[in-house]
Amino acid sequence: MATAEKLAPQAHIEVRDLTMAYGSFVVQHDLNFRIERGQIFVIMGDSGCGKSTLLRHMIGLRHPAKGDVFYSGESFWTADDAERERLKRGFGVAYQGGALWSSMTLSENVSLPLEQYTELSAERIREVAAFKLALVGLAGFGDFYPSEISGGMLKRAGVARAMALDPEVLMFDEPSAGLDPISSRRLDDLLLQLRDSLGITIVVVTHELASIFTIGDSSVFLCAQARTQIALGNPKELRDHSDNPKVRTFLNRGET
Amino acid sequence: MAATELSISRPDDGVVLLRLSGSWRLSDDIPPAARVHQEVESRPTSRLRFDVSGLEAWDTGLLAWIRNVLQECSARQVDADRGGLPEGVRNLIALSEAVPEKTDTGRGGARASFLVRLGRDTEDLVEGSGEFVRFLGAVTIAFGRLLRGRATFPRTEFATILQEVGANALPIVSLISMLVGLILAFMGAIQLRQFGAQIFVANLVGIGMARDMGPIMAAIIMAGRTGAAFAAQLGTMTVNEEIDALETMGIDPTEYLVLPRILALMFTMPLLALYATVLGIVGGLLVSVTALDVGFRAYLVQTQGALSYADFAGGLFKASVYGVIVALSGCLRGMQCGRSAAAVGEATTSAVVTGIVFIVLACGLLTVVYDVVGI
Repeated sequence: MATAEKLAPQAHIEVRDLTMAYGSFVVQHDLNFRIERGQIFVIMGDSGCGKSTLLRHMIGLRHPAKGDVFYSGESFWTADDAERERLKRGFGVAYQGGALWSSMTLSENVSLPLEQYTELSAERIREVAAFKLALVGLAGFGDFYPSEISGGMLKRAGVARAMALDPEVLMFDEPSAGLDPISSRRLDDLLLQLRDSLGITIVVVTHELASIFTIGDSSVFLCAQARTQIALGNPKELRDHSDNPKVRTFLNRGET
Repeated sequence: MAATELSISRPDDGVVLLRLSGSWRLSDDIPPAARVHQEVESRPTSRLRFDVSGLEAWDTGLLAWIRNVLQECSARQVDADRGGLPEGVRNLIALSEAVPEKTDTGRGGARASFLVRLGRDTEDLVEGSGEFVRFLGAVTIAFGRLLRGRATFPRTEFATILQEVGANALPIVSLISMLVGLILAFMGAIQLRQFGAQIFVANLVGIGMARDMGPIMAAIIMAGRTGAAFAAQLGTMTVNEEIDALETMGIDPTEYLVLPRILALMFTMPLLALYATVLGIVGGLLVSVTALDVGFRAYLVQTQGALSYADFAGGLFKASVYGVIVALSGCLRGMQCGRSAAAVGEATTSAVVTGIVFIVLACGLLTVVYDVVGI
């Protein structure tokens, strides 16, 4: 990590003093962590601790009660609207249930961001969309509507759409929830491959242990009782050496 | 199988012994746990024991009952001896106690007093109006962008919406407006026949349909048909995080989803109202010719004489306003929708109710304005 910091003094994503609240109910307070370029970063914790809420704060869907998120040193929440739209284009988000636009085919779903933000010809856009779908193993499904494919395929199509604009950061909300072990493994391989070949930074919200250890370079652990982060670091090291018993228990599936 | 029985005894001072016998299942008539509570309350008690030697069968019925008794014991600091319980019951009860009850969820508790509830409801109302104003502002900004040609506007989807709210609504609009024309004619005829002035049914139906009934019937049909559909569509999109996905893609949902719907209804509603007016007049014509001895030609000439372009223009403007109201209320409720199936239902209901209330308000207001201006 020391060398990485020397190369890139600024973290790719930095969350600073972030407090999240619904009205007066504080979900998590004083979160602080850095995500380096090219890392796979896991946000984990027990159910209901606010993992997905944290993600929603990082992608601009919920206003923080306090604190800020920085992308390559640029503040996200103090930026003006135009600036924030530009920062938003730097990341792609794959939602829990896919969240594909149901009135459009898979291919149209992937094409929409390209039509919005690029000057590409319709022919090129079709090519790119077909390639992104093929990348997630959905070649030939371009003309299907989201209601016509299975849950696992929806998730993968969501990933294809998130990758449409070749973002520098990909964010995943529970990518493997509800997938069979093989599909879940394939998704992990896809994430590792994307990081290695394109060098993108990946943020994953999950509590799937197998996947946490396979892909996680670094992680933060949110605690529902303490309402703040209680561990930070490589998940395998946390499993074996964390000084917090709760984190060790969680990462060892309750067996200590 | 033996009957479900509970006998409470006090073998020693301060000790309560519960003897459970027979079958203790949900389908059995399990004695209320309050009997144990009363016994424990009536005299000082330090220990509670169970005797289940006569117990023949049990299921959740027994477990829930035991849990209730144990909770009462720990509240009264009575030492309950679980040793007497069957092993399966002991293990399951232990499992149910493994995770301590969450008490700080802010749910339940005593019902708030009237003033507190009134205050909360007022707060909600203020917040709701704030949301409405914000939504209206977002729509206005989106319109501004559209006029400057900078809005993200999905053309194919706009065409689909136009068809859905226009052509596909024709059958129901035909039926209802024709019937309204018929009813107007019959109602008028009963009165007018007394003076031998049946021919004026044409004036009544023509002016009534063109100025008010045509637009308002079309609007109410569309509030039920299309306003509800908009709320359900956008509500489901909210539940599926599709709206979130648009937002993180940097596409403004107001521009992309709400704007085409408002425009579609703004354009099709006057057309529908015009169509409704014509069919209403046809309805009136049918009644006059068949039941009132008014000639076909005479009716048409009378109608032509009664109606001016101003009547039509006034009606069509009203229709356009209703169109915007129906689309706004449908989209607003859809975007405000919570994240569950029940919330989509509420959004749909509320869209229709809001739509109709504002249609009637706008109708009253516009009628007064027309009267003052002299249209």
